[in-house]
Amino acid sequence: MKKNIVSQKVKEMRPSGIRAFFDLVLGMEDVISLGVGEPDFVTPWHIRESAIYSIEEGYTSYTSNKGLVKLRTYIAQNLKKRFGLKYDTNEEILVTVGVSEAIDLVMRAILNPGDKVLICSPSYVSYGPVAELAGGQAKFISLKPGNGFKLTPQDLKKNIDPDVKAILLNYPCNPTGVSYTKKELGALNSIIEKHDILVISDEVYDELTYDFDHTPFPTLPGARGRTVYLNGFSKAYAMTGWRVGFACGPKEVIQAMTKIHQYTIMCAPIVSQMAACEALVGPRKPIEEMKREYQRRREFVTSRLNEMGLSCHKPDGAFYAFPSIKKTGLSSGLFATRLLKSKKVAVVPGTAFGPEGEGYVRISYASGFDQLKEALSRMEEFIKKN
Amino acid sequence: MDVILELLRKDARITPQEIAKLTKKNVDQVKKKIKKYEKDGVLLGYKAIVNKEMLEDKEGEVRALIEVKVMPQKDLGFDKVAERIFSFPEVTSCYLLSGSYDLLLVVEGRDLKTVSRFVAEKLSPMENVRGTVTHFLLKKYKEDGVMLKSKEEHKRLAISY
Repeated sequence: MKKNIVSQKVKEMRPSGIRAFFDLVLGMEDVISLGVGEPDFVTPWHIRESAIYSIEEGYTSYTSNKGLVKLRTYIAQNLKKRFGLKYDTNEEILVTVGVSEAIDLVMRAILNPGDKVLICSPSYVSYGPVAELAGGQAKFISLKPGNGFKLTPQDLKKNIDPDVKAILLNYPCNPTGVSYTKKELGALNSIIEKHDILVISDEVYDELTYDFDHTPFPTLPGARGRTVYLNGFSKAYAMTGWRVGFACGPKEVIQAMTKIHQYTIMCAPIVSQMAACEALVGPRKPIEEMKREYQRRREFVTSRLNEMGLSCHKPDGAFYAFPSIKKTGLSSGLFATRLLKSKKVAVVPGTAFGPEGEGYVRISYASGFDQLKEALSRMEEFIKKN
Repeated sequence: MDVILELLRKDARITPQEIAKLTKKNVDQVKKKIKKYEKDGVLLGYKAIVNKEMLEDKEGEVRALIEVKVMPQKDLGFDKVAERIFSFPEVTSCYLLSGSYDLLLVVEGRDLKTVSRFVAEKLSPMENVRGTVTHFLLKKYKEDGVMLKSKEEHKRLAISY
């Protein structure tokens, strides 16, 4: 075999700094994990049942590249009903294999070599690498803990240059739980509008917004034609493993994304699409119950963390808390490793989400209340000894 | 329903401190509220949910649902008859229903014989009881919202982004 079998581009991708830590966690038994980036609920039964039924009925084929008409129709109806947001079922909606695929598609659809994408840091791990694989350049906006890791208009302005083609927003945010009010988004939107930048808005945690109403970016004045709105079923409906999400946006971008999607993926799995239909039209009670449960845990977790001296902003949404561990004097990596080894509690070092995460850890409260209680008590013991 | 009641219904062992943190109230408020609920008879007690299917010693686990047709009494309706029936210690629940019969009882006994004896000797001969149908319970799947089986485990990875 020839040497250099792996492409230069992939070689140059930054390796995940905490792979070793993940391996350590996965290799240990009886760990209480607060390090999981997905709901602790199983997909509600009515959704699972509809998927089983669809298999029995023989829905085992490809679907249209864009996704089942039925699903796209329900998505359009749902967005209209929830936010007054109107998208054309045929031309402006694409069903994808999770939001992850949609992010990859949109980056590949819009970026030319040298184009920059603004990405907040800390942020979800895939944005930067995906932008770079697509031939673009990730330009990170360093968010300040002083602002609770919120993107401010000043920070945004400072980072815009003529090569910036798009900005990726994710709110409520993984890992910080930060979200934005309509007013805050409005301020960002006027700057974005002035510089004519495309917005890629990953709003997969939108249903899990606790203190104010979630505002989808395309509902802001003038933003619809400049925004690719991404959402999915993983978080609100506890459907991570089904891999189904969607993108809505201007016809031109959705068409371009569909072009790539048809060659690389063909279509999202039909069973998952059928399940997603049921998620949208079925009873909302389980979804609301899950949200209420997260909200209560959020109160518990943030108050316990602050009590033990790990200062922690109350997250606006998602199911993560992002407390500072600076007072322990340990680095994020060391804190997480020692906590794991001595107390068998797993958290994710903040540095996994960018250098700005140093001094922080991500705690997921997508865990049963008893587990949270026990894990936080162990953390408290750990901190007292350090 | 008040969140405090909801939380207690889910786990009666939850402490006022924990409730306070979950609901963003202060502990004294929570304690006061619980006291009031206890005093007003909203909170009648706290008990464990036992999955008797898992018990080795299966004694005392025969249950029957009994449909009872009764003759209502003048001026008193069903209430007085119901009271005479539900006062028996064997009756663990008693409901008045619409439909083809009037009262539905849940009766517990040590064994089949005990329950049968209750029906034959105490319930059926009662003056206002016109007829009974007894269904012995074979298996419990779900009770009061609790599924009586080992919890569905979510097969998540222990750590992920």
